[in-house]
Amino acid sequence: MNTFQYHLTNHLQLAKDIFVSNENARFLSGGMTLLPSMKHGLIQPDHLIDVSKIPDLQVLKETSDHLIIGAAVKHDQVANNPMVQSAIPGLAYLASQIGDPQVRARGTIGGSIANNDPSADYPAGALALKAMMVTDRRDIAAEDFFTGFYSTALEEGEILSQIKFAKPIKSAYAKFKQAASGYALAGVFIAVYPDQEIRVTVTGVGAGVFRWTEAEQAFLNPKMKPSIERDDLISDLHAPSAYRVNIAQVLFKKAAQQIQNN
Amino acid sequence: MQITVNGQTQELTVQDNTLLIDLIRDQLHLTGTHSGCDTTQCGCCTVLMDQVAVKSCTILARQAEGASIQTIEGLALQDLHPVQEAFSQEHGLQCGYCTPGMIMSTVYLLQRYPNPSDEQIKEGLAGNICRCTGYVNIIKAVKSAAKKMQETKA
Repeated sequence: MNTFQYHLTNHLQLAKDIFVSNENARFLSGGMTLLPSMKHGLIQPDHLIDVSKIPDLQVLKETSDHLIIGAAVKHDQVANNPMVQSAIPGLAYLASQIGDPQVRARGTIGGSIANNDPSADYPAGALALKAMMVTDRRDIAAEDFFTGFYSTALEEGEILSQIKFAKPIKSAYAKFKQAASGYALAGVFIAVYPDQEIRVTVTGVGAGVFRWTEAEQAFLNPKMKPSIERDDLISDLHAPSAYRVNIAQVLFKKAAQQIQNN
Repeated sequence: MQITVNGQTQELTVQDNTLLIDLIRDQLHLTGTHSGCDTTQCGCCTVLMDQVAVKSCTILARQAEGASIQTIEGLALQDLHPVQEAFSQEHGLQCGYCTPGMIMSTVYLLQRYPNPSDEQIKEGLAGNICRCTGYVNIIKAVKSAAKKMQETKA
């Protein structure tokens, strides 16, 4: 790894100040993607600012309509938290399916969302659950936040501090793991809101997370078999795109079944 | 920086880009923790950090500042830990390279599930890879360790 200076702070403002006063700085939380990327030389920051101990980024609380999770909350905390399990069971389950136990012990929800890996789990949950990304300077709706292949609406130096999920009536996530990495070959999240508002999202299949409107209609008309027509389907050595689409169709049925049964 | 390793609190000087595994192996000479893939996949480098299993190849030493680390050497202060005994008795290893990580993950697993099902064992050890593919005996060893630990408790 290249040499760099490590900064640790408990204050959001201080983290921003350090970022502004140093060239080529990056924020570090769990480091589950950043550190491997640095080992490969893909990113070579001169300054790492550890934001994992900032109190604002560690909250986990509930209001009548929302579940608010700090960006530095770890996957295991989300998976095992009784409040999350009861308010949005699909989200708790999603967190329990990320990576492996050691990765879930370190990796954070904010890191996953800000990285927007096309095969990551959290973006599917955030987009289905009408999440609002709260940063140090504004609130960004999930629709506007995820802008494609590893990209988000975050600006230079902007810190994602909390994710605010709209509580659904029901939720479910179904995932088919890539055997070696544990990333989603395909993952489908379904959230059901009042007035028959259905939101279905897909990860692992396109260049970034997307809403699957055909499946949203099919949820209410079970005779329909939703297809996925896109020009950004992932096709790689792990699985061709037709396979991923087929898996997504199977996962949609599975998640829908789970919602009907609960 | 201050760090507690196997119960001993120490003051160490580290470079900011030193990984926890390098601190453990190169500075403290605790070479029981192995470096396998160096890409957060194989789990050979698993140690307990504040009683939680983590991959020490993907943590900066500075991120572990103030934490309490337990390595494989810290399990057996006098007699072997029941998990170590079980891996030995059930032959839960072939070449043995992955074993320290397997054992640390098993200790963490049994903290959470004292009597784990096969499914819980597979899930609990999903972050540890045995390239000899000796998984059958590893699962046997975990079950045997669970039994031993429950008997000792009873």
